Amino acid sequence: MLAFSVLASLAIGSKSVPFAEVIRAFTAYDGSDAHAIVRDLRVPRTEVGLLVGAALGAAGALMQGATRNALAEPGILGINAGASFAVVLAISVLNVGSTPAYTGFALAGAAIVAIAVFALGATTRKGPAGVTLALAGSVMAALLIALTSAVLVFDARTLDEFRFWIVGSIGGRDGSVALTVLPVIAAGLVIAFAAGHSLNTLALGDEVARSLGQHVGRTRAAVSLGFVLLAGGAVAAAGPVAFVGLAVPHVARILAGPDYRWIVPYSVLLGAVLLLAADVVGRVLVRPAEMGVGIVTVLVGAPFFVWLVRRPKLVAL
Amino acid sequence: MSSLEARDLRVGYGGPDVVAGLDLVIRPEQITAIVGANGCGKSTLLRALARLITPTGGSVLLDGQEIRTLSSKAVAKRLGLLPQSPTAPENLTVEDLVARGRYPHQGLFRQWSPTDEQAVEEALAATATTDLRARPLDELSGGQRQRAWIAMALAQQTELLLLDEPTTYLDLAHQIDVLDLLDGLVAERGRTVVMVLHDINQACRYADQLVAVRDGRVHAAGAPGEIVDDRFIGDVFGLEARVVEDPVTGTPLCLPIAQRRSTRCAS
Repeated sequence: MLAFSVLASLAIGSKSVPFAEVIRAFTAYDGSDAHAIVRDLRVPRTEVGLLVGAALGAAGALMQGATRNALAEPGILGINAGASFAVVLAISVLNVGSTPAYTGFALAGAAIVAIAVFALGATTRKGPAGVTLALAGSVMAALLIALTSAVLVFDARTLDEFRFWIVGSIGGRDGSVALTVLPVIAAGLVIAFAAGHSLNTLALGDEVARSLGQHVGRTRAAVSLGFVLLAGGAVAAAGPVAFVGLAVPHVARILAGPDYRWIVPYSVLLGAVLLLAADVVGRVLVRPAEMGVGIVTVLVGAPFFVWLVRRPKLVAL
Repeated sequence: MSSLEARDLRVGYGGPDVVAGLDLVIRPEQITAIVGANGCGKSTLLRALARLITPTGGSVLLDGQEIRTLSSKAVAKRLGLLPQSPTAPENLTVEDLVARGRYPHQGLFRQWSPTDEQAVEEALAATATTDLRARPLDELSGGQRQRAWIAMALAQQTELLLLDEPTTYLDLAHQIDVLDLLDGLVAERGRTVVMVLHDINQACRYADQLVAVRDGRVHAAGAPGEIVDDRFIGDVFGLEARVVEDPVTGTPLCLPIAQRRSTRCAS
């Protein structure tokens, strides 16, 4: 399924390239337009799509596991809002004008907000437990969204640039974007894969986890760090892409059962597949123009999720 | 053999101390039942004994060592706790739940081993849940589910087992089922059981040592037959009652005197 999405992502677009030609672009590059499109445009785009999808899937699984909250998703810690605000400032104040250049700013914004949210959440008596963190994140997000809107209201030029970023897209990204976020997302994935065992214990409730000898606070902190790396890397590369981080872990749970050592890898794969598929759909839907992947995931995803929650048996956490 | 004791233990949640200078020695290879009125501090006491909450004063000693200075995993290898109504993710099978009890014996580099496998098998066998191993927890009856949770705590292989009201929400037959299971663990496997119980009559039947908590202190402790009488029930539960001999076991049996009914019957 993953291989097929990759191939489709390389082949389909405003200019379609036959599958055979796609393969020849790698085995026997001849400099033709089709080969150039595949190698120079579609490959980086697909790389970014894979990374972002995998990161969002894993991020959702981590946060749902750490908070035992079925609605936890990459938006909740204010990561997206932080990245958005940083990008707006970059456009408005520093006159930065290209999508790849936003990546660094978005990453920095996400990181600063994550640290602030942790500091805020950690000052409470019980330490950064799930609820405190989520509340701190929501407050931070509300504040940053207000600030972002304030800047945009007075600055039409920035709004014009920003609206392309905010919908979430993996088009127009060159190889440098994937390279910038790769170490961040890779580190996040390492934490995600290592956390499965501890998330299983945490799923039995804080008291049982603690009596099994787990440092519940430390586990949550480590998992949240992984989450920040993944969600931050994803938003930096593609802008805010809703829904993937929320829905993918639920599907993974249906397919893989309640074991986080399986839910995490399933979420990684499904996230990558879903994001690439949504991106391909976005290229086809309004041809020859394109629709941002962030819009497609919501358009396709919302009805699917309605179906999912209406199933007779939705898997509870 | 693991020993557990509390010395001048004080626990509070910011307000007045809920456990207020309590001394208690848990006897090894026996059942200790903690009883008391609602809000007397018995659940808090159990949590403090299990290191789930930090005392504001005094100390809990596990094998003579201050429990706060021990690592979480070191404690978890000697002492297991089952909270009142534990929650599990949906579709979790009995076997997977029990396997998660092996957590303190595993590490990042020490994964599943034959020892773990054997511990799980033993825990399933001891709780008669071997036949239920592949069933999801949410499909079981309340009594079966409680046995599965006890199996998880057993797989932890701790000498000390602390349980917070293990019979809550179970019907009478399943209550006896669970208590008999715990009794067997002590008699046949040499475990030490400490549990909070609501039902004073069941506590009298199953406990070797009864600990009555009142206002955050131990009001009385000892064999049920030696400490439970009419006055004891009045002091601990604030209830007028007659204590007679249990015709089945010979232990104390508490018969509450409800004000309205008894007056009407008497007149």
